[in-house]
Amino acid sequence: MSPDRPRVLLVDDHQLFRAGVRGELGDAVLVVGEADNVASAVRLIGREEPDVVLLDVHMPDGGGQAVIEAVRSPYPDVRFLALSVSDAPEDVIAVIRAGARGYVTKTISGPELVDAVRRVASGDAVFSPRLAGFVLDAFATLPDAAPQASFDPELDQLSRREHEVLRLIARGYTYKEIARELSISTKTVESHVSSVLRKLQLSTRHQLARWATERRLI
Amino acid sequence: MVGGVASAVAERLRVDPGVVRVLLVISVPLSGIGVPLYMLAWLLIPLEGSERSIAGRATGDLRGIAILIALSPVLVVTLIASSALGNRYVTTLDTAVFLSAGGLFLIYRNADEDERAWLRNIADSYLHLTPSASRSRKALALRILAGVALLAAGMLILTLGHISGAALEPLAGVVLLLVALALLFGPWWLRLGRDLMTERQARVRAEERADMAARVHDSVLQTLALIQRKADDPQQVAQLARAQERELRSWLFEGGEPGSPGASDPTTVSSGAKQIAREVEDAHGVAVEVVTVGDCQLDDELRALLAAGREATVNAAKWSGAPTVSLFVEVEPSSVSMFVRDRGAGFDPAAVAPDRRGVAESIRGRMARHGGKATIRSSPGQGTEVELTMPRPVVRT
Repeated sequence: MSPDRPRVLLVDDHQLFRAGVRGELGDAVLVVGEADNVASAVRLIGREEPDVVLLDVHMPDGGGQAVIEAVRSPYPDVRFLALSVSDAPEDVIAVIRAGARGYVTKTISGPELVDAVRRVASGDAVFSPRLAGFVLDAFATLPDAAPQASFDPELDQLSRREHEVLRLIARGYTYKEIARELSISTKTVESHVSSVLRKLQLSTRHQLARWATERRLI
Repeated sequence: MVGGVASAVAERLRVDPGVVRVLLVISVPLSGIGVPLYMLAWLLIPLEGSERSIAGRATGDLRGIAILIALSPVLVVTLIASSALGNRYVTTLDTAVFLSAGGLFLIYRNADEDERAWLRNIADSYLHLTPSASRSRKALALRILAGVALLAAGMLILTLGHISGAALEPLAGVVLLLVALALLFGPWWLRLGRDLMTERQARVRAEERADMAARVHDSVLQTLALIQRKADDPQQVAQLARAQERELRSWLFEGGEPGSPGASDPTTVSSGAKQIAREVEDAHGVAVEVVTVGDCQLDDELRALLAAGREATVNAAKWSGAPTVSLFVEVEPSSVSMFVRDRGAGFDPAAVAPDRRGVAESIRGRMARHGGKATIRSSPGQGTEVELTMPRPVVRT
C-alpha cells in the first residue's frame, strides 16, 4: 500500500457521477477501476484489492451494504468510504454498521474528498458533520427508561471527550481545528473518532436501530 | 339518480324526469326488468360532453366480458335450482339481478375516473368498504353478527322443515351441478381472479408513476430548463440546483408537501433551523449546512434564539466570503445551543465600532433579553463562530 497515493475503486451506478469523482480526485489517488453494480464491484475488489472503495449507498441491486457484506471476510484489508446523496439516517447507519469506515455526502468538495480517501486508506474514520449529528442523536437518547440487561457502558455510551469531538465535527471543524480547540494532538482526535466508529459498529443497543427508523418521523 | 339515466331519457322524450323515475321504480318489483334496462341505458347513453358511451368502451373490455361469462354458470344453477324448488319469484328476478349486477360491473370497469370515484363513494357510504380505524371494527362486528344470525336461521329451517325425499332430490341435483361446474370452470375462475389482481396492481403502479412524473415535471424539469438558460451564471446555477435539491429531499425523505417546502411557520427548533438555512441560501447564494441533534417545540425564548441565529447566519453569508456556513443546533435537556460557523475572512471583535448595531443589538442584546448568552469568536483570517445558548425551563413532572 502506498499511503500517499492510495489505490481506489469507484462503485456507483451513475456513469456521470463516477466520471465527476474521477476528475475531482485527479492525480492524488490511483483509480484502479470502476464498477456500476454489486456483482462487478465484488469481482473487481477481488482482482485489484484496492486500498479504498468509494461506495455508493444506493444501487439498484442492493447497494453499498451488499458489497461490503460480500467482501468483508475474504478481503479484510479493503476499506470502504460511503458516498451518498441520501440523508436518511437509517441508510447511513446501516452502511456504517456493515463496516464502512466513513460517510460523506456527494456534495463534498474535491480536496475534502481526497483528504477523506487518504484518511480512510490509513485506517482512520471519516465523519461528515451530518454523520456526527446522527451519532450524537443516536447516543443522546440515554436510557432514561429501565437500563437494559445488555447495556454495556464500554460500547453503548460515548465518553465525554468523544462527545466533545463529535460536537466539534458537527459544528464544521476539521480534525486539525479540533485538535487546537481541545489542546490535543490530531492523532488523538483521530483515535477518538475511530473509537466512536467502533462503538457505532459494535454496539448492540437496540435504541441505535430504533432511533434510525424513528428519526424519519420527527 | 345514480347514473343520471332518468334525466337523460326524460330529456330525449321531453317529459319530466320524475315521471321516468316513478315508472322505473314501479317496474322493479313487478318483473325486475327495470333495473337491467337502467343499466343498459347507462351503458349506451354517452355522458354529456363525452364522445363514446360506456358500452363503446365495454365491448373492448375483453377481460370484463370474460369474467361475466365465467360467472354465468351461477345464473344457470340458481335458475335450475329455483325452478326445481318451484320458487317462481326467484326465477323471475334471477335473470334481472344477474344482468344488472353484470351491467354495473361493466360500467364500473369502463367508466371514466370521475364517475368511478363517484360510484366508489356511493358504495362506500352503504357498504363501508373503506376501512377506517373506528368504523372497520364496528363493521366487522356487524358482519359477524349478521353472519351468525343467518347461519342460525338456516339451521333452524333445515332442522324444522319436513325433510322429505321429494325435496332432497332436486337439492342433491343442485349440489352435483355445482360441483360439476366448479370442476369445469374452476381453473378458469382462478386465473381470472389472478388476472384481476394483477390488473389492479398495474393500475396502482400506473397512478404512482403518473404522480412521480407530474412531480418531476413540475419541479425538476423546470429547474433544469432554468439552469440551461442561466448556464453563464454559475452562482445562480448553484442556487437553483440547491433549492431544487432541498425541495426534492423534503418530498422524498420527510414527506413534505411539494412546491412549498416549509411555507408555514416552523413549530420546532430543527424545522426552524432548516428554514433559516433555506432562506439564507436563497437570499445570498451561500450553502448552509445544517446539523441538528435532538428537537423540541418552540417557545418565545427559542424563537429569540432562532432569530439571533438567523442574524448570525446572514452576517456570515454576507460578510465572510466563505462558500459555506455551518449551522449546528443541539437540544439538550437543560439548554439549546446553536453554533454558526464560517471559514471566511473573520474580524477582530475588539475593533468593531460600537455603532455596528447588527451584532450588538440583534444578537447579543436579543439573547440577553431572553436570558440567553451569545459568544462571538473571530480573528482575521480564521473565520468566525457565533455560539448562542438558551437555557430551557425546567420541565415539571
